[in-house]
This record gives sequence, C-alpha cells and structure tokens, in this order.
Amino acid sequence: MNWLPPNGALDGVRLDQLLRWNLAVVFWLFVAAQALLVAALLWRLRPGAARAATGNSGRPGKAFFAGEALVLLAITGLYIAMDVTGHQLWAARREAGPAEHPVQVEVTGVQFEWYFRYPGSDGVYGRIRPALVSAPNGNPLGLDPTDPHSADDIVSSVLMLPAGRPVDLRLRSQDVIHGFFIPGMRLKQDAIPGMIGHLQFTPTVPGDYVILCSQVCGLGHARMQARLRVVSELEYDRWIAGREKSLVADASGARP
Amino acid sequence: MSFLRRRVFTTNHRQLAILYLFLGLAAVTTGTLLSLLIRLHRTWPALALPIYGILKPEDYLALVTMHGTLMVFFVLTVVPQSAFPNLVLPAQIGATRMAFPRLNAAAFWITLASFLTLLTAFFVPQGAPISGWTSYPPFSALAATGPGQGAGMDLWLVAITLFCLAAVAGAVNFLVTILRMRCPGMTFRRLPLTVWSWLVSSGLTVIAFSALLAAAGMLLADRHFGTSFFLPSGEVLNGILQRPGTGSPMLWLHLFWFFGHPEVYISILPGMGLTSSLLANFTRREVPAYGLMVASTLLIGVLGLGVWGHHMFVSGMNPYAGTAFGLTTIAIAVPSSAEVLTWLAMMFRGRLQVATPLLFTMGFVSFFIAGGLTGPILAQPALDAYLHNTFFVVAHFHLVMAMAGVFSVFAGIYYWYPLLTGRRMNEMLGQIHFWVSLVAAYGTFFPMHLAGLAGEPRHYAQLSGPVAHFANLIPVERGITWSAFLLAAAQIVFLINIFWSARRGLPAGTNPWRATTLEWSPIVHPIVRSGAYVYGPKASPEQDFLPQWAAEEPTARSS
Repeated sequence: MNWLPPNGALDGVRLDQLLRWNLAVVFWLFVAAQALLVAALLWRLRPGAARAATGNSGRPGKAFFAGEALVLLAITGLYIAMDVTGHQLWAARREAGPAEHPVQVEVTGVQFEWYFRYPGSDGVYGRIRPALVSAPNGNPLGLDPTDPHSADDIVSSVLMLPAGRPVDLRLRSQDVIHGFFIPGMRLKQDAIPGMIGHLQFTPTVPGDYVILCSQVCGLGHARMQARLRVVSELEYDRWIAGREKSLVADASGARP
Repeated sequence: MSFLRRRVFTTNHRQLAILYLFLGLAAVTTGTLLSLLIRLHRTWPALALPIYGILKPEDYLALVTMHGTLMVFFVLTVVPQSAFPNLVLPAQIGATRMAFPRLNAAAFWITLASFLTLLTAFFVPQGAPISGWTSYPPFSALAATGPGQGAGMDLWLVAITLFCLAAVAGAVNFLVTILRMRCPGMTFRRLPLTVWSWLVSSGLTVIAFSALLAAAGMLLADRHFGTSFFLPSGEVLNGILQRPGTGSPMLWLHLFWFFGHPEVYISILPGMGLTSSLLANFTRREVPAYGLMVASTLLIGVLGLGVWGHHMFVSGMNPYAGTAFGLTTIAIAVPSSAEVLTWLAMMFRGRLQVATPLLFTMGFVSFFIAGGLTGPILAQPALDAYLHNTFFVVAHFHLVMAMAGVFSVFAGIYYWYPLLTGRRMNEMLGQIHFWVSLVAAYGTFFPMHLAGLAGEPRHYAQLSGPVAHFANLIPVERGITWSAFLLAAAQIVFLINIFWSARRGLPAGTNPWRATTLEWSPIVHPIVRSGAYVYGPKASPEQDFLPQWAAEEPTARSS
C-alpha cells in the first residue's frame, strides 16, 4: 500500500526510493527485535530450561561478546549506509546552490495565508516596507511604490510554475514562523521572520498540489493552505503575460 | 500536625518520593484526559462537549500545548528523574539521607508551584497558550499573535522558569549525593546502573535546564521589558507594525533544543538503567559487560548534548550544519543499539522469571526499539525535510520517549512498591494492565507513522477541508482514537491495583525479588564487598545471588 502522496518533483523520485529503502530496513529490524522478545518469553518454557538455569556458571563466554559485537557492527554499517545515502541526496538538494536562470518566486507567510511574488520582467524584487503592509488596500506585502523595481512585481495567491524548469524560492515571513510544506514536491522549510531562506526544486509533473503550513502558527494554522499549479511552459508564459497586462491596466486606472 | 510534618513538610527523601509520585499521578491524569479530548476533536470535530460546547481551533491548540507540557515536564521528567531517585537513590548507594535534604525538599515545592501555575493558565482570560510545548517566538513573544498568548503564555513561562529552578536544584543534590554519600566499599565499579543513569541524567539536567531557564527569562524580558532577543524588525501583526527588534527567533530554537534534546535522555536514561537492573534480577544472571553499559550511558550523555540541531533541519539553518547534526545523531544510535543488543541477549541467559515488573521492562525494550529505529531515518536531513512536523515524528517520540518512558515508570512502580507498602501489587491485575496497555499503545501510535507518511502535519485542529487526501486518513484516525481510549481505560486497572494492594496485597517480606542492590538491604549501614549484579548458580554457597550488603566475600569474580 502506498501512503505517500503522488510525487511531482525531480528529486522526489530519489527521495521516495531512499525513504522506501530506509523504511524497509527499519521495519525488518523492528520485526526481528520484536520476534526475539516473544522468543525470550517462549524460551523459558523449553524442556530443560530449569536445568540450564542452575547448570552453568552464568558468566557470559567469549562467543557471547563476539556475537554481540558482530551484530552491533552490522547494524552500525547499516546506520552508516543510511547516513551516507541520505547525505548524498541532501548535498544534491541543498548544498549545490541554485541552478542557472531559475524561475524565481518569493514566498511570504502571513497568519494565515501564503503570498507568492514574481519579480516581473526586470527580474528584480521591489523593495518592501513593513509599515506599508495593508491587505485591505491591496498591498498585503508592503511593496514600496517609490521603488521602480516594484511596479512590475506580480503578487499572487496561487503558486504558478512551469514544469521542468528549476525553481528558486525565496522564503520569508511577516509575523510568526510558518512551515512552507508541499507534500507533493517533498519540500519543506520554515519561513522565519527576519530571515530570508532559499529553497530549490524542479517540478516535473503538471497538476495541482496542495501547499500547507507545517509549523503551528496560530488558531488558523490548519487552514493556512494554498495551491501550487504546475503547468506547461507555454501556459506559464501566458499567465505571467496576463498578470503583467492587468498590472499595467491597474496602474493606469488607479492614477488619474 | 505531626502527620503533616512527617508526611508533607518533610525533608525525608522517601516521603518526598511519595509526594512526587502523587504529583506525577495528577499530571499524567490531567495530561491523559487532555489527550482524549484531542483525539475526540480530531475524529469528531463537530462533537459538542457537555457544558463547554464545540471546541474551537484555538481550544484544540491549547489542549495540545498543555498536554505536551504536562507530559514532558511533570510526568516524564518528574517521575524518572525526581520521584525514583528520591525513592531509592540514597539506599542504593548505602546512604541514609541525601546530601542536601532541604534543597531537595525545596525542589519538590517549587515543582508543585510550577504545576499549579501551569494549570492556572486554563482559567485566565483567553485561556491556555496555543503555541505548542516548544513555544517558538515570535508566536510566543507577542500577545497579539493569538488567544492564550497573553496571560496564558506568561503563566506558561513562569511555570517553566520555576520548573527549571527546581530541576537544577534537585539534580545538584543528586550529583553531590552520588559523589559524596556512598557507603564504604561502594566504588564506581559497584554502582547499580540506575545510579550511573542518574549521575548522567542529573549532569544533563544541570546543563540543559540552565539553558532553558535562560531562554525562558529572555522570552519574558522580550514580552515585558522591551528587549528583543528573539524579535526581528518589520513584524506586522493584523496589519499593525510592531516595535522594531534586533533579535532572531533562531536563537530560541537553538536554546530550546539545546535543552529539548538532552531532555529526552534525562527522561529515558533512568529507564535504561532500570532495565539492565531488572533483567539481571529476573533472569538471575549478572549484567554482561557492565563496563560497556556504563560507557554507553556516558557516551549517550555526552553525544546527547551535541545533537540538538536535528530538530532544526528545516529551519533554514546552514545545510552543512544539517549534515553535521545528522552525523552526531546517527552516532548516538550506536551506543543505544549496543544497550538494546545486550538487553536482548540477557533475556536468553538463565531463565526468565515472568512477573509484572519484568513484563513492563520488556515493554520498555519493545517501545524503545520501535520508536528508536525511526531515529536513523529522521536523522537524515533529506528525509526529515519531508517527515519533519508530520505525524511520523509524533509516532516516533510517543513510542521512544512517552511509551518507553511510561513503561519503565510502571516497571519501577511494580518493582519498588513493596518498599513503600511492605506488600506486592496484585500479579493478575498487573499482567492484565500490561497486555492491554501494550496492545493499545501500539494501536494508538503505530498507525500515526502512516498518517505522517501521507504528509499530515501536527497541530491541525481539523483534517477535513481543502486537502482531499487527508480525508482518506479519517478511518485511521478513528482507529487511533479507539485505541487511545482503550489505553486510558487500562490505566484504571493500574489505579485499582495501587490502592487495593496497599491493604490487600501479598506481604512482601524484606527482599521479595531476591535482588542484590542495597534498596532491599535490611542493614542500615552496609559495607559493600561485591558488584551490583552478582547473580547465578555460583554467586554464593546457599543461593543464586550475592546481595551487596552480604558480609561474606564473593566467591565468583565479581568486583
């Protein structure tokens, strides 16, 4: 039975394989150890147990320690294998740094919403001033209108990404610690106020994925959800162009 | 009046142990009732409770926060690290009293004050805090982040501050007692492994709880005295810009987990020592490789101080730090595995004498393995990045810390009960208690792994909603809830047994388990000439064990 949600990320395939291998190893170790516990309870009922109890001196021999050392060595070998394979994946995902020309999106956690900001055609995120934050006035992130870079920034409540291109997320939070979690992308990192985090991945399978909050953040924690839509490159470009056009329309409409 | 002086306002360690045990009982009862409310709400969120009505999401989070705090501090720390050493530590080293009896008594009263302060949080406006037992700032630093984060959070912090003071005071007393109060002949090579465990766990307590004490004080200062240890600038809450700060929440994460991880070993090491002792006692064989067990205990203590970062793999900490903490965490699995292998091997030597304390010890080993084995998975940052803060982790620590910890507490209570009452607890009730608890505990916590693999996060007041695939987990959740109720019901058998056996239990005599360690000694001022676990057919001319208080020289090699 497969309990993991469907995977849509490039690294997710490797992670799932690694996780399954790890789970299999510890499951069989678990079964073996529990079987030994049951066997110990039955062992005392064996014929001749009473005689054995009074017979030998009770001091463990060399074979006892050699046996235990061998098993411990084998288990330690398994732990090392787990650590090394786990580290290889971690190094590939987190120590490599961003790919060239990634899709850049900034993720902001706010009690109890996720906002996604695209830097727009200039490729630069506009400046943010916390004093300007006002969701009722349509500026939930506090974009500074005096910064020319902010004019083309697209703010969205849906994370739209093209399939097959590496993504570099910039993680931040406006209030408390939130946990940015996309189970379908096997992706999780905390958004910590006062810090900028980065998270790289490559979505491969088009479709809709749920985005959750994995760090308790307030009474609305369980409903702090958003959607990731992985679409074709063509559809993504069309979406970006549409959002930019409406930005221009808004700007010309808002300023008399 | 004399009753009060003898039983309550006392500096006698054994009376204090009884007071601690009753405090633990009050805490575990409250914590369990809260957990049942948690389970009810997860399974039937629309259920209206009598008088209170339907639980709101913030009520659910308050229940989780208080459940965690009560269980971690007032059950899993108070019983193995405060009640048990008061019960038997002086006797096990041949002392008649603690090194600092008044400090020891003060520790109890401060712990009680901490407990009452914590419970008061339920009754202040807006109720108990909702930020979980780890209380990450800024959530815990600013009252405007949610209900319960005002007065409730203040009370939580005061309670934790008091608890830290008491824990450090108690641990200093235990350390000095072990180092200075040993009777003639009680060398370090002859110490029972429980005493070695308390030596290490008390050392950890002094270090870890000091860090938490500092952190709690700093958070209180951030809340009330205008400091910003944990507050960055640019905080916006409900559209309102907060005062600028220069701190970082990451500092709290480091301080908290520098406490939080050793805390796991503080609550589990005494159980590990007890397991070694009881397996020797109930197989009538010595602990093989005593030196190796001592070394493992010390190694776990030392390594335990260097693994806290594995709670922070997804915090955005430098990825190389993740690699390093992953390595130290895998390393600590090795001495832990060595102890487990020794316990498993011990069960096949001599002949197991099945009695309730032994069964609970075997239960401890079973849960320690079940919960411990997922440790090397969670120790890998790459895999933890998916599993962190899901129910997989909830399953992991409830098995390895909570269930293993509680089962070793039960083993200790069934084993040492004759010391307090002169009677044994009823064997049949004990075995019913054990088997039902074992099955129900696995039924409760094992399926949580599956919910975690499905990606279900902790602290969710409601599962139904936009995430369609969590709705598939509702049958699993329902099974967990039924198991949790069965687990709680099984404890009624235990409570009946405790009170019934105090009057009606079989008279135990002086050494009912034919044990070697000094808490069973009829002699007040013993001189020790043998190791802690001299069992076996040739242990002494007349019997299959040589008590540490025996006047004769040991025949077998057994220093």
